[in-house]
Amino acid sequence: MNLRTPLSQVRGLGSAKEGVSHWWWQRLTAVALVPLTLWFVISVIAHMGADYEAMRAWVGSPSVAVTMVLLIAATFYHLKLGAQVVIEDYVHHGATKLVALVLLNFATVVLAVIGIYSVLSIAFRG
Amino acid sequence: MAEFTLPKNSKIKAGKSWPRPSGAKNVKAFKIYRWSPDDEENPRVDTYEVDLDACGPMVLDALIKIKNETDATLTFRRSCREGICGSCAMNIDGTNTLACTKPIEDVGGDVKIYPLPHMPVVKDLVPDLTTFYAQYASIKPWMETQTPPPDRERLQSPEDREKLDGLYECILCACCSTSCPSYWWNGERFLGPAILLQAYRWIADTRDEATGDRLDALEDPFKLYRCHTIMNCAKTCPKSLNPARAIAEIKKLMVERRL
Repeated sequence: MNLRTPLSQVRGLGSAKEGVSHWWWQRLTAVALVPLTLWFVISVIAHMGADYEAMRAWVGSPSVAVTMVLLIAATFYHLKLGAQVVIEDYVHHGATKLVALVLLNFATVVLAVIGIYSVLSIAFRG
Repeated sequence: MAEFTLPKNSKIKAGKSWPRPSGAKNVKAFKIYRWSPDDEENPRVDTYEVDLDACGPMVLDALIKIKNETDATLTFRRSCREGICGSCAMNIDGTNTLACTKPIEDVGGDVKIYPLPHMPVVKDLVPDLTTFYAQYASIKPWMETQTPPPDRERLQSPEDREKLDGLYECILCACCSTSCPSYWWNGERFLGPAILLQAYRWIADTRDEATGDRLDALEDPFKLYRCHTIMNCAKTCPKSLNPARAIAEIKKLMVERRL
């Protein structure tokens, strides 16, 4: 039996005083990804038919490596922020939601680190 | 989890067809959701045929005619019959609107009428809006000031008064909130478009002295940021208001006070 008043239920645990930075970073990464993604797609098309050594040399050049690292960081942060909203929207079961959010955070960090490490290893080890 | 199918006891079954009025030439069928808490029956959709030549122009006129002349058990809320009380909000022809301002002739084919979506049903077309009203109370919909009250009216310039246009007209009919998927899935934590528009009505009021506290109370991933600008609210509002814009203004102020 639930004897809490409707107002008490609606107030719940109060405001988290949070959410602005999530909103802000989602938009910031979205804006950053417009030129970064365009650059990536155009570059890949421009390198159609290039051999392995040519691609390595391209990725390893300083300006490309830096841009690539930015692209990877922005992509996975944006992915994390977006997928978090989907989980919060649709997964309401406490434990399932917690596990999903933990896995999402781990997965996006691991994938981003793998990507960034790959670019840096080409850039620094040639 | 979000629910995408109805529970077994909410599945809608075929209902009764009430007899066609004798001698009527201009007849339209109204298919209306029926459910009563007094028996164990599933909801059903009853069909009523209404003689439009002997009926007022609005959907509410037809509902009242049906209740008066055909089936007195049909239950719905109504009061002002001129779109200012918000009582007769319901889902007509697939869109949440006010039965009293929705012309029957705007509906092609049968007129399908359901209660506001994703709310608990009290009976027939009457939804339980308890949580909705509690959410309204939670945003403190009254003027908050610290300055001692003046001896006369609280003054406001015409320009500042204009900031309330498009906000003060809201009649809290709940059409927008119950059309919002975010409110369907998280209605107990997301305040929903109607309440957020009302919250902005007080944030935008230059006579109010608690703007910061109001923003503090809304700064929450669920209370405010479940809005994903789906825009169903602006599309369905029977008063042609734009709750999505009010929510966007709140989000802009949240950023503004940080930059």
